[in-house]
Amino acid sequence: MRYGRGPDVLTNLNFGLAPGSFHFVTGPSGAGKSSLLKLIYLAARPSKGAVHLFGQDTTQAPASAKPGLRRRIGVVFQDLTLLDHLSTFDNAALPLRIAGRKPADYRNDVAELLTWVGLGQRMHAMPATLAGGERQRLAIARAVVNRPDILLADEPTGNVDHEMAVRIFRLFVELNRLGTTVLIATHDQDLIARSGRPVLLLENGRITARSAPDPRPSGAVPA
Amino acid sequence: MSEMFDPARWRPAPFLPEKETRDGSLIFVVAVLCFLACLTAMGVLAANRAAAGWTGQLNGEATVIVRPKGGETPDAAAARAAEALAGTPGVTEARALEPAKAYDLIRPWLGDVSDLEDLPVPRLVAVTLDGRHPANAKQLNAALQSQNVDATVDDHSVWIKDIQRAGGLVRWLGVMVFLLIAAAAAAVVAFATRAGLAARRDVVEVLHLAGAEDGFIARLFLTRFARIAGLAGLIGAGAAAALGAGLRIAGGGEGLTPALPLAWSDLAAVLPCPLLAALVAAVAAQVTAMALIRDMQ
Repeated sequence: MRYGRGPDVLTNLNFGLAPGSFHFVTGPSGAGKSSLLKLIYLAARPSKGAVHLFGQDTTQAPASAKPGLRRRIGVVFQDLTLLDHLSTFDNAALPLRIAGRKPADYRNDVAELLTWVGLGQRMHAMPATLAGGERQRLAIARAVVNRPDILLADEPTGNVDHEMAVRIFRLFVELNRLGTTVLIATHDQDLIARSGRPVLLLENGRITARSAPDPRPSGAVPA
Repeated sequence: MSEMFDPARWRPAPFLPEKETRDGSLIFVVAVLCFLACLTAMGVLAANRAAAGWTGQLNGEATVIVRPKGGETPDAAAARAAEALAGTPGVTEARALEPAKAYDLIRPWLGDVSDLEDLPVPRLVAVTLDGRHPANAKQLNAALQSQNVDATVDDHSVWIKDIQRAGGLVRWLGVMVFLLIAAAAAAVVAFATRAGLAARRDVVEVLHLAGAEDGFIARLFLTRFARIAGLAGLIGAGAAAALGAGLRIAGGGEGLTPALPLAWSDLAAVLPCPLLAALVAAVAAQVTAMALIRDMQ
């Protein structure tokens, strides 16, 4: 994969994530972690090769099929990409509205989720008035609100304290237990080490190592 | 202390911001261009009417210069010519002009001459032609010759081609100026729409990646920019119509000037403006949004 006419940012990638699995991808800055996630959430196309998602080659899928695929993917973007003109509640409910769900069917769930991520008192607030950690939690709530089949998170705990990082990780684990495949790109080696989840090590656009799952139970969370 | 949030009372907010700071300048620019386009359209209609009036007037009239024969008086010769012409097919009316009228016609050329009446000024017969089937110079000459009247028929054919050409030129110039202004207005609407939409790339990106259909995203922008341009078109058209009405009232029966006779019906030319502005903005928004989305594929 490359951007425009630039050099390859990802090369010779060949890996699969089993449905319902939980992986971390890590590596130094510029290794291609965000680019790898972009390939999976259909924000970029590989210059060669294929990306298979939910049994489909997304590089061959017609444009009309992609919105349906994207609705099955939850993404926590590194830059969060919150919509500043929408309230916290409206931002969190966005994927459900796009999916065509009726407000009456989901508003209590959204309120519950926001309360769970610690934004129960901030549902009216506009993103510009939220602190960095609050914005990050809102981005996470938006990514998981529609129970996606796969959750991709780019540095999801970068701006939160340890306690909130643990809560967020528990949320990811809970979703994973319910069947969501989770892939988290992070520099947080402590989080990775304590989680006991398999890790893809990305260096210079290549996967140079893939660790096996830790023998600890799959529900293990960092202390 | 912030109000408690009640999910049961929550209503989804619009996906796009309802108002943006740049909306005011966009509305102003589009309204001004729509105003100019509407004024030009009204001007074109008035110019067209003026040109039609000039040629119609010339087509509908002829002048006959009568020279008395033998011992006949000029007045008698003119009366005989008028009588001969009045019965000619294609002539509605033939009227011998009083000598004073003929003197009035030549006075500007000769100045204030005291013994003007002593000059051998020919008598004139004013002929009003049938608007639908006007008699031509040949038919008028034949009618005069049949009554043995020595006369020259001036059916304005010397002028009429020049006037028609000038009228045509006025019409085409008006249409071209209108098209130019309308095209400029359309280009500005399209450009402003593109700029406004590009500034909202973040919304396009979020909606796109959250699984919104391309058409759904494009429709959001299409509706928003069509509404803004339609409002601006309404303001511009309303201002142009108000100015046109003012000129019509101030100008009396002939409109702004006799040379540009604005009619009340010309004000209707502004009616399509809001719709056209909205349409141009809608197309520009649709094309731009789809291009942005394509970039994200």
